[in-house]
Amino acid sequence: MSAISAWFNGLITDITLWFDGFAADFHTVFIEKDRYEQMLTGLLNTLKITAGALLIGIVIGIVVAAVRSSYDKNKESLKQHGGVGYCLLAFFNFICKVYLTVIRGTPVVVQLMISYFLIFASVKDGVPVGIFAFGINSGAYVAEIFRGGIMSVDNGQFEAGRSLGFNYIQTMWYIVIPQMFKSVLPTLCNEFIALLKETSVAGYVGVMELTKAGNSIAGVTYNYFLPLMTVAAAYLIIVMILSWLVGKLERRLRVSER
Amino acid sequence: MNGNTLIQVKGLCKYYNGGKIKALDGVDIDIHGGEVVVVIGPSGSGKSTLLRSLNLLELPTAGEIVFDGVNISDKKVNINVHRQKMGMVFQHFNLFPHMTVLDNMTIAPVRLLKTPKAQAEQQAMELLSRVGLADRARNYPSQLSGGQKQRVAIVRALCMKPEVMLFDEPTSALDPEMVGEVLEVMKRLAAEGMTMAVVTHEMGFAREVGCRVVFMDGGKIIEQGTPADIFDNPQSPRLKEFLSKVL
Ligand SMILES: Nc1ncnc2c1ncn2[C@@H]1O[C@H](COP(=O)(O)OP(=O)(O)OP(=O)(O)O)[C@@H](O)[C@H]1O
Ligand SMILES: [Mg+2]
Repeated sequence: MSAISAWFNGLITDITLWFDGFAADFHTVFIEKDRYEQMLTGLLNTLKITAGALLIGIVIGIVVAAVRSSYDKNKESLKQHGGVGYCLLAFFNFICKVYLTVIRGTPVVVQLMISYFLIFASVKDGVPVGIFAFGINSGAYVAEIFRGGIMSVDNGQFEAGRSLGFNYIQTMWYIVIPQMFKSVLPTLCNEFIALLKETSVAGYVGVMELTKAGNSIAGVTYNYFLPLMTVAAAYLIIVMILSWLVGKLERRLRVSER
Repeated sequence: MNGNTLIQVKGLCKYYNGGKIKALDGVDIDIHGGEVVVVIGPSGSGKSTLLRSLNLLELPTAGEIVFDGVNISDKKVNINVHRQKMGMVFQHFNLFPHMTVLDNMTIAPVRLLKTPKAQAEQQAMELLSRVGLADRARNYPSQLSGGQKQRVAIVRALCMKPEVMLFDEPTSALDPEMVGEVLEVMKRLAAEGMTMAVVTHEMGFAREVGCRVVFMDGGKIIEQGTPADIFDNPQSPRLKEFLSKVL
């Protein structure tokens, strides 16, 4: 009987000690010197960079995909018609190809450092530079996703639109792009998740983002477990929320066709 | 309108692969208002190319297409305006899968003709009930049978109040039991005086509804005439051979 109660008392003491230790760690890591603020700043900067880059990436992606696929679709007829239109489109198509090759052929950290230390050397705030660099980078991948989506829409859809009297842009906008969007949604979601995680290298140019915040707290408190687990959990939760939202959107789009 | 030349095709050529393939090799044809012209011929003879050249879905290599007195093959002409007056029906329907039947029908009049939405919907509903599909207005294309899809495609084109309807093998992708319902709609359209150009393998339809039957082979018009001329009294050996295979 007494053996059991001794064991039980010991257990209680262990748990209490563990809690005390945890509370002390928690205090050092988050409360002391208001370090939680650093973590929140990091989270906010990560979200800012991701959201901003996403927006830029989508805009660039649409423009580049539009140029590339209209060149592919129209080059035969434009060649026949000749003239300025063809030259202009061929020129823009070439620019887009160079952009895609360069951006997809170099590491994003290098692009980020080039942006920060060379292009925007005078800008001291790394967040807008991060938004720029990650936006330009993401644009290249989003463009190829969109182009694949446009190509996957049956050409008959395009012809039906044109035969009703819609011009090229109207046909794209009302008929092709809505169908493309649905087919690219899952791939686009993957790209956004990748982007979110990639922003963790923004610490290289001194941006206090989530990963850097965790790392620097760990550095000063000598406690690696809590900060890094918190950082990992934060990324995981954002990704899960994002996937859930996209899943919901996808289901909504699918329901509209049943 | 009836009797006037609505479409005039002059010396139409369409070459592919730098002239190696002559899909159209000097085609001249006039289509008059109210006329039903049926184009027949073996596979690869250029029927689709001819039809698709009429609304410039294919750009001619040479030759002219005059529609309503305007040379629409001229580069300076805004083809979009003229396409609004030329309805087209495709072999594979090409309905917009992300829109309801009603939206499929109203998008062009609303966006292009600036018809008020309510009015466009009312007009669409009238057309739908004429083809027996009024109860399908809120459905999506994926929920329709092939025959129903093609009937919707026909009335979608009619919503733009076209002056001519172009049909490229409208029944070729349909199960046999659905061919009749689509041909029925086309027959009614012809009876109402619509100008039609129809590429088809349905010789019964050609004979019954066609004002003129055009036989093509090798990118050229080989022979044309009334259904009786073509089917009962063919002249050229190639037409005779073709008919012996399909009839
Ligand atoms: N985009 C293209 N590139 C190369 N050749 C083509 C192209 N489109 C059509 N052709 C060729 O042009 C010729 C005429 O084709 P078209 O589609 O007009 O024939 P068709 O009479 O409609 O045949 P079908 O009854 O099989 O539909 C064919 O030899 C075809 O291979
Ligand atoms: Mg054909």
